[in-house]
Amino acid sequence: MSMIGLYVPGTSLPYRMGAGTKLLLLVVVVTTLLALRDPWVSLGTALVVPLLYLAFGLWSHLRHAFRPVLLFLVLVALFHLLFTGWEVAVRVCAQLAAAVLLAGLVTRTTPVTEMLDLFARLARPLRFVGVRPDRVALVLALTIRCIPMVATAWTTSREAYLARGLRGGPHRMVVPVIVNLIRSAEALGEAMSARGMD
Amino acid sequence: MIQLENVTHAYDGRVVLNDVSATLAERRIGLIGANGSGKSTLARTLNGLVVPDSGRVLVDGADTREDVRTIRRRVGFVFSNADTQIIMPTVAEDVAIGLRGNGLNREETADLVDAILRRHGLAAHRDHPAHLLSGGQKQMLALASVLVTEPEVLVCDEPTTLLDLRNVGIVTETLRALEQQVILLTHHLDTLVGFDRVLVMDDGRIVFDGEPKAAISHYVDLIGARP
Repeated sequence: MSMIGLYVPGTSLPYRMGAGTKLLLLVVVVTTLLALRDPWVSLGTALVVPLLYLAFGLWSHLRHAFRPVLLFLVLVALFHLLFTGWEVAVRVCAQLAAAVLLAGLVTRTTPVTEMLDLFARLARPLRFVGVRPDRVALVLALTIRCIPMVATAWTTSREAYLARGLRGGPHRMVVPVIVNLIRSAEALGEAMSARGMD
Repeated sequence: MIQLENVTHAYDGRVVLNDVSATLAERRIGLIGANGSGKSTLARTLNGLVVPDSGRVLVDGADTREDVRTIRRRVGFVFSNADTQIIMPTVAEDVAIGLRGNGLNREETADLVDAILRRHGLAAHRDHPAHLLSGGQKQMLALASVLVTEPEVLVCDEPTTLLDLRNVGIVTETLRALEQQVILLTHHLDTLVGFDRVLVMDDGRIVFDGEPKAAISHYVDLIGARP
């Protein structure tokens, strides 16, 4: 699954909740876990969260949500087992796992536009210092949009090297990738202007 | 109706539009010419993406130099590379972003987006990542994203260049079925069949203006005469 394609269409409870409510719940749960500093509560929460994936029809996405953080959790666990003890290892790893999985649940059940609308609303007070909230949302959207653009530029340049029998090492890729991205950014800017987004 | 009055434009001293004048009122207008003939720059002047160095472009009397915001709402623009037109992560979101600021609520926006996605065969991809669509689907998304704002004129700059034959057919049929005035730049000359008028450009000038068959013949002769 692509990095920007995390949203999974559905109709279960979290889909019917507003983005703000979900983010607030996420903050409350994670803050509570951190404040309690209890390894058993943390572990219990980390074990309950996968059940939420199951309950909300997202069980098949659990592995994908967990995989990016797995190696990091192993390293953290090893560090704490060696230097601080098993209780801290359990607590920290469970807190991290619960936080990542809960955040994954929010992103999988919230369309990006809904999230951007929320950010635009949150950025409203910044109007008083000259910041336009809709621009903040658009910048965030473009940032997300540019992730596959960078990946495509990288792949294109690498393939161009390989097609000529050369090795596309990272140091050789920097210039063509940057040039490619600048051209793409210019074209994207032109397309936005054409759609009346100045 | 779009009027070009003595439009001249240069990039870094190289003249790409040379005193071009024309009135574009027909429903289906084709614009053909070799690479570098100035047709893409001409197309870009029609919705204010390029402001000419001299002369003026009027859309229903409004000068692109003065009222670009209104003109861009009236004149939609579709580029050849659909990839660079995708702004938002998912298909529906990309269509919806053009409706922001139109005073529509969430339900009204969703209804419009769903209707246009259904019309252009993208309903099944509604929540899919837009950058993962096929080339043909991306071009249909680019069209849908522009058409959802209901422009009066649609300028298409080689929208079929990167597509296979099947998708060329789909995009061509879609353009034919539109109610809007369509100004199509293309190298696929057969897509101009049935058009009201075709302009041939060469070296920054309109060198032929007439019905499609004669225009294509003129263009083929022009290219054939080149060394």
